[in-house]
Amino acid sequence: MLIVQDLQKSYRSGGRELTVLRDVSFSVSPGEFVAVVGPSGSGKTTLLGLMAGLDRPSRGSVRLDGTDLAALSEDGRARLRRERIGFVFQAFQLIPTLTASENVRVPVELAGRDGAARADELLARVGLGGRGHHYPTQLSGGEQQRVAVARAFVHSPSILFADEPTGNLDAATGSRIVELLTEMNRERGTTLILVTHDLDLAAKAGRIIRLADGRVVSDEATGS
Amino acid sequence: MRGFRYLAALAWRESRFARRRLFLFLSSISLGVAALVATQSFAASMAAGVRDQARILMGADAVLSGTQAFGERTEALIDSLRGSGAAVSRTTSLASMAVLPRTGATRLAQLRAVEGGWPFYGEIETEPAGRWAELSRGRNLLADPALLVALGAEVGDSIRIGEASFQVAGTLSKVPGEVGISTSFAPRAYIPADALEATGLLGFGSRVEYEAHLRLRDPADGAALQEGYRSALRAERVGIRSAERQQARLGDALGRLGRYLGLIGTFALLLGGIGVASAMGAYMAEKRESIATLRCLGATAPQVISIYLLQAAAMGVAGSALGALLGVAVQWVLPRLLQDFLPVEVSIQPSAAAVLTGVGVGLWIAVVFALLPLLATRSISPLETLRRRVATETEPAPRDAWSWGGRALLAGSVALLVVLQAGEVRVGLQFAGGIAATLAGLTLAAWATVRGVRRFRAGGLPYPVRQGVSNLYRPGNQTRTVVLALGFGVFLLAVLYLVQDNLLRPLRPGADGARASLVFFDVQEDQAPGVSRALEDEGIRVLQRAAIVPMRVAAVNDVPVSRLAPPDVPPEEREEGDRDGERGRRPEGWALRREYRSTFRDHVVGSEKLVEGRWWQPGEARAAGAPAPVSLEKGIAEDLGVGIGDRITWDVQGVQVPTEVASLREVDWARLEPNFFAVFPDGVLDGAPQTWVLMADAPDPAVRARAQRDVVAAYPNVASVDLTDVQAALDDVLGRVSLVIRFLAGFSIATGFVVLLGAVSVSRLQRIRESVLLRTLGATRGQIGSILLVEYALLGLLAGVVGSALAVAGGWALARHVFDMDSFSVPAPGLLGLMAGMALLATVVGWWGSRETFRRTPLEALRDE
Repeated sequence: MLIVQDLQKSYRSGGRELTVLRDVSFSVSPGEFVAVVGPSGSGKTTLLGLMAGLDRPSRGSVRLDGTDLAALSEDGRARLRRERIGFVFQAFQLIPTLTASENVRVPVELAGRDGAARADELLARVGLGGRGHHYPTQLSGGEQQRVAVARAFVHSPSILFADEPTGNLDAATGSRIVELLTEMNRERGTTLILVTHDLDLAAKAGRIIRLADGRVVSDEATGS
Repeated sequence: MRGFRYLAALAWRESRFARRRLFLFLSSISLGVAALVATQSFAASMAAGVRDQARILMGADAVLSGTQAFGERTEALIDSLRGSGAAVSRTTSLASMAVLPRTGATRLAQLRAVEGGWPFYGEIETEPAGRWAELSRGRNLLADPALLVALGAEVGDSIRIGEASFQVAGTLSKVPGEVGISTSFAPRAYIPADALEATGLLGFGSRVEYEAHLRLRDPADGAALQEGYRSALRAERVGIRSAERQQARLGDALGRLGRYLGLIGTFALLLGGIGVASAMGAYMAEKRESIATLRCLGATAPQVISIYLLQAAAMGVAGSALGALLGVAVQWVLPRLLQDFLPVEVSIQPSAAAVLTGVGVGLWIAVVFALLPLLATRSISPLETLRRRVATETEPAPRDAWSWGGRALLAGSVALLVVLQAGEVRVGLQFAGGIAATLAGLTLAAWATVRGVRRFRAGGLPYPVRQGVSNLYRPGNQTRTVVLALGFGVFLLAVLYLVQDNLLRPLRPGADGARASLVFFDVQEDQAPGVSRALEDEGIRVLQRAAIVPMRVAAVNDVPVSRLAPPDVPPEEREEGDRDGERGRRPEGWALRREYRSTFRDHVVGSEKLVEGRWWQPGEARAAGAPAPVSLEKGIAEDLGVGIGDRITWDVQGVQVPTEVASLREVDWARLEPNFFAVFPDGVLDGAPQTWVLMADAPDPAVRARAQRDVVAAYPNVASVDLTDVQAALDDVLGRVSLVIRFLAGFSIATGFVVLLGAVSVSRLQRIRESVLLRTLGATRGQIGSILLVEYALLGLLAGVVGSALAVAGGWALARHVFDMDSFSVPAPGLLGLMAGMALLATVVGWWGSRETFRRTPLEALRDE
């Protein structure tokens, strides 16, 4: 459902052109759990931005459920995101002025629908039922990430992108988060793409795409 | 937009924890709204006052007036009106000296001799009450309290006017239609009409005004009467005013006054808008991360802008509402400041229209000024959630159709607001242009000083000073905005101060010893030597002596005045073949018909400058039968449509005197000296009936008082004025006018400080982090405090310098081009005081706003992060 073709991304920097991604092609089937790994500077964050429609490629294309992302306007991609794409970030990215429940509701409300019931349901699912009225500053790191996970699923997306979801958490909390993600993923049949430099974490995925210096160097099933 | 209510809910929730700060930002428009609401409500109340009190203003339905006794046709008109049921009451007014024989004190007064009947509408209140009715029962006098104070007299005293004595029956508390401030110059004294003759004052050369007040059978006839008889009466040099026309003119004038006062308030509003724009920009910078997250989660650019626009609008309404409330309270203050200048009593009624307009305008300005920083958020990419950006400077806004549209909307709104407030497109555009120029100048100056400060290498100075200085140009600094806002307040105050000072300076008598402090006029020709002698005996220097010869224009270039067809003579009365003056200009009717009080001398005096033509030599011989040369003031020559070489024939009390215009003069009317439209050479007006004016100087007020007393005792018809009294009265009037303007300008200044507070609040987080870091590194509270002190003092000083510099430029421009002044001086001590005051105030306000920085311990602050 996600087809990446001949993707290239270059920047102008200090008068020269820097190519961060080159000749990247692969496709992801619905429901797959893919990990994208690589050292820092390998272009995996750039790739994530392009796959999620947050950025435009210099060359090549990204097709999500048949739609060419580059053909959409900035606002068009925003609308697509609130219908079909979920995000989990390394730094949680909760809006500090909203309660947990209000944070979870955001994607649905941006689409013009009421999200209160769904938010409560998901908060309960991630184990934070009854904490919906707390602000992010009143939650621990792990709890905040759980709210973020609830938010990522609230609008029943078809694909979910996670960028170093355990990066700001200790090992125990982090692995609980990943468990939660994979469980909910299986329950709902969403496609999950996880970007990380942690190879142990990547091993939990069904397939690992390895990047180095902006190119795909391997793309293998893991057998998990 | 779909799901608007969710956006609104999101907007409300997202503003949590920042609402007080947002309110502070938006309250920078409150004061501007307050000023607008106050002035508009006041204007509405004034208009209502004029409507309700129209007839009382004149005390009659119509008034006939002239400077000589009414002619036949006028008297015939009055008789026929009386015959048809109108009531008539005559008043004769002239200036004369009032003397308190008990002490010999003297004072110039406006004498009014009234017949019974007037005022037909409204009442004259006296102290003790009810004395107006007694006026005609004997030689009674009612005077302004100011007159009694000047003379040191009391009710019951005997006062001499001319050759007659009157008993003071009481003082005037309220005379309808009179403008309170005019009594500063010449207080009034009312006497019964039949006592005027006894004073012996109606002699030659006195300026007398004759009035007949009419109460018509049908009050509405006044306007028709005026229309119908105006031209006919003018032939006898009598004017007619009707209550309707007066009301209309007064309504116009007061309406304009209200609008101009409102324009001063508009400054404050626009300044507030600038504060809003700058504060919103900083607020958006704080919200950058949240906005990037929202974009990632699927918010479109219009949705993001809507969320924060709703926040701005909500706070805008709150700020405007607060301002409107304040304005309603303040409008009670305005009458107190302005009542002395107004001929109507203004009773304040809160105006719902003014409040609604104020809130609406405030909201609009808040939204329009907040729009540009909001539009800039379009450049925030959702990518920022992945790659943490270090935002050091606010991003330059994308230059596209939307941002240009936003700028156009802003500029258009400001221009529209100013034009609407001014009520006239031309005036409004001039004002808007002036505001734009001032703000542009201030911005440029602020930018230049910040650039300059950046270059300033304060190597040897202590650390707090250097840190304070560099804080001024740290990333995300609000220096430009604060200097602009505070600087504008300084600019307003300084311009007012400079203009007032320069307007008053040339009028100060006795400053260089050559200016007169005492004037004697209405001195008859045979009295002149006696008066001179009396003065010299007192040791008083007579500086100037001028004869005054009343005359009228009989013909211009041999065409009689009656045929010169001034435009308001109906066409059927004009004759063929009338020529205009040589300059080809149609002469103004009033210039042809007025009485000229001319003089003769053989030299040009200090208040004049010859600009064209040739002055005559003393004792210059003239060909027999040739017209005498005459020197005209430039302006009146234009109004008469004449130039060098044109001939004017004057009617001097029945004698025709032919002259030829030989020179034109520019006269400095601002100098309190006798100045003349027409000056003749010696010898031409010999034997013409004349009165004299003497100007003298005596530095000692007691000597001046004694001189006046002695002269009036010997020559009761001679009037005298102590110019220091006039100076004091002018000071008073100008002072009160500038008080009103300063009061309204105060709103702008206060707004500047609100903007300062907003700016302090904006950089609060940064400041706390800084101070935490510094204290962790070992800085004491005292050092932190010193840095703050230096920073804010510098801000205030910069604002003071920038504002004052521009005020000097602006004041000079005003003096030269609006007030036609030749010289312009800058009172340095006053300006320096203003600058120092601003620095002090900025420091205090800035400190108070930063008090949080001191309270937090480093650990607390770090934990909060």
